[in-house]
Amino acid sequence: MGDYDFIISDVAEEENRKHFLLGNEAVARGVVEAGVGVATTYPGTPSSEVGDVLSEIAKKTGFYFEDSANEIVALEVAAAAAMSGVRAFVFMKHVGLNVASDALMSTSYLGTKAGLVIMTADDPSMFSSQNEQDNRYYAEIARLPLVEPSNPQEAKDFLIYAYDLSETIGGPVLLRTTTRVSHMRASVTFGARHAISPKGAFKKDPSNLVILPATAYRKKGELLKRFARLAEMAENSKLNRVERRDGGGDIGIISSGAAYNSVMDVAESYNLKLDILKLGFSNPLPEKLVATFLKEHEGTIVVEELDPILEGKLRTLAQLHAIPSLIHGKMDGYLPYSYEYNPDIVANAFSRILGFAFKEKTNGDLQINEKLPARPPVLCPGCPHRATVYAMELVSKQLGLKNVIYSTDIGCYSLGVQKPYNEGDYLLCMGSSVGTAAGFSKSTDQCVIAFIGDSTFFHAGMPGVVNAVHNGHKFLLIVMDNRTTAMTGNQPNPGVPMNGMHEESPEVSIEELVKAAGVKFVRTIDPNDLRNAMQTLKEALRFDGISAIISKSECALLRDDSKKRNGEPIIPYEVNQEKCTLCMNCIRSFSCPAFYFEGKQVKIDSALCDGCGVCSQPLVCGPRAIEVKR
Amino acid sequence: MNQINIIMTGVGGQGIVKAGQIIGRAVTSFGLNAVMSEIHGMSQRGGIVGVDLRIGNVYGPIIPNGVADLLIGFEAAETVRALNRIGKNTTILMSTEKIFPVSVSLGDFSYPDTDEIGLRLKERGTRLYMIDAPRLAVEAGNFQSTNVVLVGAAYSAGFIPVPLSALKEAVKEVFHERSWESNLRSLELGIEEFKILQSERHEAVAAQTN
Ligand code: SF4
Ligand code: SF4
Repeated sequence: MGDYDFIISDVAEEENRKHFLLGNEAVARGVVEAGVGVATTYPGTPSSEVGDVLSEIAKKTGFYFEDSANEIVALEVAAAAAMSGVRAFVFMKHVGLNVASDALMSTSYLGTKAGLVIMTADDPSMFSSQNEQDNRYYAEIARLPLVEPSNPQEAKDFLIYAYDLSETIGGPVLLRTTTRVSHMRASVTFGARHAISPKGAFKKDPSNLVILPATAYRKKGELLKRFARLAEMAENSKLNRVERRDGGGDIGIISSGAAYNSVMDVAESYNLKLDILKLGFSNPLPEKLVATFLKEHEGTIVVEELDPILEGKLRTLAQLHAIPSLIHGKMDGYLPYSYEYNPDIVANAFSRILGFAFKEKTNGDLQINEKLPARPPVLCPGCPHRATVYAMELVSKQLGLKNVIYSTDIGCYSLGVQKPYNEGDYLLCMGSSVGTAAGFSKSTDQCVIAFIGDSTFFHAGMPGVVNAVHNGHKFLLIVMDNRTTAMTGNQPNPGVPMNGMHEESPEVSIEELVKAAGVKFVRTIDPNDLRNAMQTLKEALRFDGISAIISKSECALLRDDSKKRNGEPIIPYEVNQEKCTLCMNCIRSFSCPAFYFEGKQVKIDSALCDGCGVCSQPLVCGPRAIEVKR
Repeated sequence: MNQINIIMTGVGGQGIVKAGQIIGRAVTSFGLNAVMSEIHGMSQRGGIVGVDLRIGNVYGPIIPNGVADLLIGFEAAETVRALNRIGKNTTILMSTEKIFPVSVSLGDFSYPDTDEIGLRLKERGTRLYMIDAPRLAVEAGNFQSTNVVLVGAAYSAGFIPVPLSALKEAVKEVFHERSWESNLRSLELGIEEFKILQSERHEAVAAQTN
């Protein structure tokens, strides 16, 4: 039995049972209840767990799931399914929607036959992202209906609502979560399951489905009509509701998403008499509902995370309808434009507007003025990336390279930026290392090295390679092929022999792709063999032109898993204190987290050691003091 | 009971999210409302993991500053780091386990003397209980079950308002059958240990006031 078998249970078996589910797990249940036939994604935090559940249950439930090569492919696969009459779901992190945005615009223009829901998981406060862009803007520019759940139960229920909405209007729906909704756990009650039809039939209709300029021209008009219809539907949607606390007051609150939770927590703890308009279906704005609400109150506070999207619309609306009541929010300085909200931030703003006393509670005399050690994430013990960046560091020293530029990319190997490796100088986004390396190679005389992971290479690295060959750029491309998409929880990618359905599938060879693009120097190395790895790195650096090294070795977490499954033990290493000369190279230069220094001795924590043995090589430990633990 | 707010903190790999799930499942299956938030970095091991668990009349999963009823620190230095989020009346369960970050091995930082900090806090009258969770987990026959030991201690301290049977049921739900015995044993040991620590504290307080 799989861990997620309960996700597919029939509601009859449930007897009102409650499940303590992550928002993302609740979304996965929503996919099952909605009878989705095709689900696609490219993994990205905070959306990844949706795929982890779907991947496990797809086969036995009878729908198709794939980890696509990137987000735009994922959206294209889903859009075609929906056009063929199959309910389709595509989900990604917020920046993934940038990648998919070209297809997003066109799907909005062309509409869909069966329901198509696109989920974006935004990351206010950037817990695991390169920016905190507010993807509600995509609903604006693509004129898409937007639903915003506040908790796991709503995440599931709104998803099902979104399918009905999508099919009623014949267009896609955007569902937006944030980290605190996707990664919030709470009780979820299941509903009935809709039948799944994983196959449909596509009806030809080129004058409506091939987006040539003339078609686009006509479709824009239809889109505006659809949007007007949606606005009517938003007025009466059950997702938009007014809650009157204690019969309400002179002050109204308009809120959505995770911010609504903070509003409610503040209202409860300060016993505030308020009317709260919760917008679950927030684009198009239900203007009549909102205008009435504004008129009913002397003042209205808009509480939304990130950008003042609702607030801006409210101010416009008030101006258009000459509504005199006051509107408060970010634009008049009460609430911040950045980072996620919490009850303290909201209470602080309310106290200034409503005039009650707010004092953030402090821990009084608990303050310990102690400098605490930083604990950033580090490459795991046994991580093959450590071997690669360490080998690169030694090569750079031996060749006396000065001022190397390391273009890096998104994946665990981004951590190579940290001490003691310092191998990360510029990073923009998925796949950027190849393009930026090309730019550096033309605009400087420095040695340029690009790091990119296997999954990232397939996602957005390939065009950069083609570009570099064609335009004659000179740099070393190191593909950190750890045989997985590690950072998001080890999802498969096109280079591994398994797909999202847990089926055997053909491996796409990075080596062959790079060769086919015309790279003349291509070698595959095992980074854990430091001596040979260094030899090949040196050859590649001497090559005149773009050279590529595929540094291929499985992620340590995967390796541990397969050992566990096969009942093989992990045999740790230890430091032979008689041989150790305390040169400290293993700690200072190689820096595996399993090492520690205690009582004037270098030691290995055997609970952390992964038994990779890389540190035992003389290139790390000259005196050969690191040995298999007896 | 209006609400109970529990902050859990520690290092990746210590089973903190699992501990939160056990408590969350136990209280929700008992019919109480609970919400939980989990913040962890990326997949790599060794980063800070934080869980906010709220029971009762609550909406969002973020615990405001100063209102936590209980802080469970799975790692000593991380417990100290979380002190700025708690309040004067917060009970602290601090595992004495120390996990040295790389920044300490590299010599950029030194690891704080957490035992001494514990004593200082106790002198200020804090309700602090230092618990050797790894020792108890080993005693229970499962060195990975420090998280369940701490759940047991939190139960014993009165912050999980359900019958013990509901908590045991939740432990069984989140673990594989082959580790039920050791985990249930860890739960018991955590419960017992807290009672001992509590009576020690009472004696110490009584001695001070005498
Ligand atoms: S998850 Fe895998 S690839 Fe990532 S740091 Fe750990 S061992 Fe390396
Ligand atoms: S063998 Fe050495 S490098 Fe590998 S995990 Fe153990 S201590 Fe770290």
